[in-house]
Amino acid sequence: MTENSEITPSQAPNVAASTSSSTTRILGWVTLAGLALLVVFAFFVSPEDSRRTADGAIIGQFDAVRLLYIHVPSAVFAYVSFAVTGLGSIVYLWRRSRWWDHVSHASAEIGVVFCGITLLTGIIWGRPVWNTWWEWGDVRLVTTLLLFLIFVGYLAFRAVAGEPHRQARNASILAIVGALNIPVVNRSVEWWENRTLHQQSTLADLKIEDETLLTLMIGFAVFAVLFLWLLVHRFRVAWLTTEAVEASLKQALAERQAEAEGASSDPAGAQL
Amino acid sequence: MIASLRTIALIASKDLRIELRSRVVFNHVLPFAVLVLILFGFALDADSEALSSFAPGLFWLAVLLAALLAVGRSLALERADGALDSFRMADASPAAVFAGKALAVFVQLVVLEVVLGVGIVVFYGASLEKPGLLVAAGVLAAAGIASAGTLYGVVASQLAVRETILPLLLLPVLAPVLIGATRAFGDAFGTVAVDGWSWLGLLGAFAMVYATFGAIVFGPLLEEG
Repeated sequence: MTENSEITPSQAPNVAASTSSSTTRILGWVTLAGLALLVVFAFFVSPEDSRRTADGAIIGQFDAVRLLYIHVPSAVFAYVSFAVTGLGSIVYLWRRSRWWDHVSHASAEIGVVFCGITLLTGIIWGRPVWNTWWEWGDVRLVTTLLLFLIFVGYLAFRAVAGEPHRQARNASILAIVGALNIPVVNRSVEWWENRTLHQQSTLADLKIEDETLLTLMIGFAVFAVLFLWLLVHRFRVAWLTTEAVEASLKQALAERQAEAEGASSDPAGAQL
Repeated sequence: MIASLRTIALIASKDLRIELRSRVVFNHVLPFAVLVLILFGFALDADSEALSSFAPGLFWLAVLLAALLAVGRSLALERADGALDSFRMADASPAAVFAGKALAVFVQLVVLEVVLGVGIVVFYGASLEKPGLLVAAGVLAAAGIASAGTLYGVVASQLAVRETILPLLLLPVLAPVLIGATRAFGDAFGTVAVDGWSWLGLLGAFAMVYATFGAIVFGPLLEEG
């Protein structure tokens, strides 16, 4: 008697159908509250961006600056997500553990969503501030778009059905090659146009105003918990999906085996 | 080492011999690439000034599109009868198999570039000013496209959806080659005032990175699971 035949259909393992635990529920509520706080700070507490020049003209980004409270944190955490995918892929190739494969996949999905948010908010913000939806000469803009497309390709690859271990291994290689390509893309775009509209970071020298800085910091914190929360849940969904597939496969095997045994013990069936 | 070189030569000459006999790249991919050049002429409204100034970019775009087909063909050769598995059974070094496949693609791309080069002179009125730069950029870019193409081609070839996923995986990665080679050709044809030679470093580095990485990961890529 093999192991499989001992599992009858009624005994098929039940896979837990929830992706939440008490810890992640708290994390979820913290994320939700944080997002609400970010909205309040971004729209009401922080001032619009304007300053008076020496000759009395008022310049600045005005209300458009409020987009940056989403744009900058989502950009940073998009890159964090892809870095996690790259590192997770290296560890997967080394250890071949399903755990790291799911982490890489989950993180890439979040990265693509964050990267999409970054591009979208950047395009909307660029129209009033740079006076253009898209600027080909901007290195970070073009690099981020290519990064986005490379990981869209990675997700497309992962969405294709195939032998699971081979798919996981090949996806890991794709993620590593894709991540390695980023500096090359960045370099080439930089040399290509050799100019950037992106402002240098003004965080370090605290040139930006207090409420603006505070709101941006809230943005970073909120996106950090949002990233964690999404990562945990996406990971658990991936894990449970694999469990469910394996369980249903085992069940189908057991059923077929039971059918075969039933047929062999029945002389009439055997003659057919 | 000698054995590896022999494997590289064997596999590259095998692929090229199949091409000489089947003429798939010559009869399908090459006319397709020329057709793309003609279609650009229609798309740009046969504006001879625009065509000659954008000739380098249009040239490389035609090369990239044709390269997708050439890479697909290169891996299609190995799909019949599980030929990739037989490399493993023959105990051939995976790095050498990779290099041999990439070398054959490289040779076909260079031939393609020569024909398309004549094409942009004839159809777009491009005038060559720096032949040395042209040759160097053409060779380095072909090496980069062949290496990255073979690496991504073998990843895609293991899927049922290989034809549709290969362009999505490969083209964003080849963006630096398109930028660099277009710049270098722009200088060689005198359409942009840049130092085209400075781009050869990027093209060379790209080819090196993908050739090295491809040789390293080709072994694991051929294994099951």
